[in-house]
Amino acid sequence: MFKRICSNAAIAVLLCHSIQAAAADSGNADNAFNPAFSLILSGSYGNLQRDPAIPATGFAMNPNPGHEQGFNLGESEMGISANIDPQFRGAATLALDPAGGISVENAFVQTTSLGDGLNLKFGRFFSGLGYLNEQHAHAWDFTDQPLVYAVLWENQLAEDGLQLKWLAPTDMFFEIGGEVGKGRGFPGTERAKNGSGAGVLFAHVGDDIGIEQSWRAGASLHRTRRVAAESVDVPDLNGNAVTNLFSGDSQTVGLDLVWKYAPDGNVRNSYVKLQAEYFRRKESGELTYDTALAGANVTDSYSVTQSGFYVQGVYQFMPRWRSALRYDRLDPGIAQIGALNAGNVIADYAYNPTRTTWMLDYSPSEFSRLRLQLAHDNSRQGLADNQVFVQYIMSLGAHGAHQY
Amino acid sequence: MKNLLFAISLLLFSSTSNASLNVFACEPEWAALVQQLAGDKTNIYTATAALQDPHHIEARPSLIAKARRADLVVCTGAELEMAWLPVVLRESGNSKVQPGGSGYFEAASVVHMLEVPTRLDRGDGDVHAQGNPHIQTDPRNFLPVADALGKRLAQLDPANAADYRQRLAAFTRRWNEAIAGWEKQAAPLKGVAVVVQHQGFPYLSAWLGLKEVATLEPKPGMEPSAAHLSQVLNTLQQHPAKMVLRAAYQDDRPSEWVSQRAHIAAVELPYTVGGSAEAKDLYGLFDDTIARLLKGMQ
Repeated sequence: MFKRICSNAAIAVLLCHSIQAAAADSGNADNAFNPAFSLILSGSYGNLQRDPAIPATGFAMNPNPGHEQGFNLGESEMGISANIDPQFRGAATLALDPAGGISVENAFVQTTSLGDGLNLKFGRFFSGLGYLNEQHAHAWDFTDQPLVYAVLWENQLAEDGLQLKWLAPTDMFFEIGGEVGKGRGFPGTERAKNGSGAGVLFAHVGDDIGIEQSWRAGASLHRTRRVAAESVDVPDLNGNAVTNLFSGDSQTVGLDLVWKYAPDGNVRNSYVKLQAEYFRRKESGELTYDTALAGANVTDSYSVTQSGFYVQGVYQFMPRWRSALRYDRLDPGIAQIGALNAGNVIADYAYNPTRTTWMLDYSPSEFSRLRLQLAHDNSRQGLADNQVFVQYIMSLGAHGAHQY
Repeated sequence: MKNLLFAISLLLFSSTSNASLNVFACEPEWAALVQQLAGDKTNIYTATAALQDPHHIEARPSLIAKARRADLVVCTGAELEMAWLPVVLRESGNSKVQPGGSGYFEAASVVHMLEVPTRLDRGDGDVHAQGNPHIQTDPRNFLPVADALGKRLAQLDPANAADYRQRLAAFTRRWNEAIAGWEKQAAPLKGVAVVVQHQGFPYLSAWLGLKEVATLEPKPGMEPSAAHLSQVLNTLQQHPAKMVLRAAYQDDRPSEWVSQRAHIAAVELPYTVGGSAEAKDLYGLFDDTIARLLKGMQ
């Protein structure tokens, strides 16, 4: 039929030729849905012995891991992506809050035709720092992020801004990138000002070792500024819980390493994945102690270096079944406190929060996963917590390709 | 200092030969075909190996680095690589090899596809909208692919166009002769009933006239369950089969389990170049496939 139409009119030859050429290389299946649409359904049951609102010792001025007790619907995630035109591709991920409301997790445009190894992305995106930061929650190997991500990046740093990456034309994978953004998420604070509020630099190298092993290593640097950031229920030297205000500069360095091994390179049957990340943040500025109406309201200099790391291993011991172990450790650092607040603000907590987590998951297909996770949490001094989580993650719609 | 810089740049930007095209082949069979059609005119990088499940490849840093320098990406298509190739191409920052461009070639686009689903529902397992992507098990499919690929090579590297045309003609002639030989050898296989582990052999079966009576995977891409395997044994009592087929990359346990209980041969086929010691190139692939099938008949 198609052939006949094409051969009938000589004038149609050119047209048919171009249609055939277009049909020949239609590209990936995502184009069958234009745009590609996907929905992640996830939910969990959490059993905790302690109130999840209690922060890790020494991290009362940082975000909390945000665990929830009992049955709860996690964030359902809706993803839409497509090529916009020959130059741009757009992608958005909308998180549907169980309490109602929609938040924009990602909404970015990226270039597809700059060439020379360049990739430019703009809009709201997960920052390219570290290894885990760019991965969406449904791709995590545990129900929660490592402690160091929870307290230093509020689980994940999403930036409003732009990112430029360059991949070197080398046999070995070598990529450098930089981002400028608003600095809207922790550790920055959203401010009404011109210019950029945060900057990130990162570099990644990676390669294969034979056919069975592969690895990627990275280093990152993040800088931003916190302005009038309020923290409530911060313990002080007098045994009270007060509200503090901090303004100052924040600089974080990070190192990440991931190594994977699969017999014959066949990840379907079994594989091992080992990964570790370390972050170290220096904040320095001014702290106002006890800002309550009748509070002390004392302002003086404050600087502290917080750090933390995790190491984890995932083992797929047979098709569809994986088990993993993770160890987390944080160091709240010893703060340098101006003389005026020396008698108010705790400088040295003398405690390192730790946590050990084990999980087992079963994936009946590529699109569904059921998980059991047990954690022994020593992140709060004197408040050891044994945590149990059961989770499901299901994805429907377009088959998204996963990052390394 | 100058010497050091030179040494570093050599190390970083070394290209192994003076071949004019860098080809990134998604699967070994397309690397082997490019080898036939281009010889030493190309540097060929093969992204996956015969013992890897082609549906489950990760977008490893090494793949992204190789795609960065590619002039031509040759893949099966039909969604076989959808779990990793889109990320590799996007991250490569290489505008030459993006889908739709002249540096991107899908073999499935020029082959008559089998098992194109009439309904798209993930309840039916890992089905591919454009049809079954395992086209490399029928040697006849290599003819249209070689034709289109040879022309593409000539288009990308016009300086060597005459050479590509010559090689294409030589390959087509030799391949047609080889197909005639294989079909003669494989005549006893016509109408033979077989069980397959994964729905990966429709093109082979269609070519040789094998009759697939059961599949060990309950649905495409799902692991064979104990309950489903016993059901297969029941089916085999009513419709006996001669052998159970699996690809070299697949777990051997399900087919060995059925083989022992149904007393039929379990046959591991190379599936692609490199899948067995004998499958060194495209000719070896089909020589060995036919030999193993005939052995399974005994």
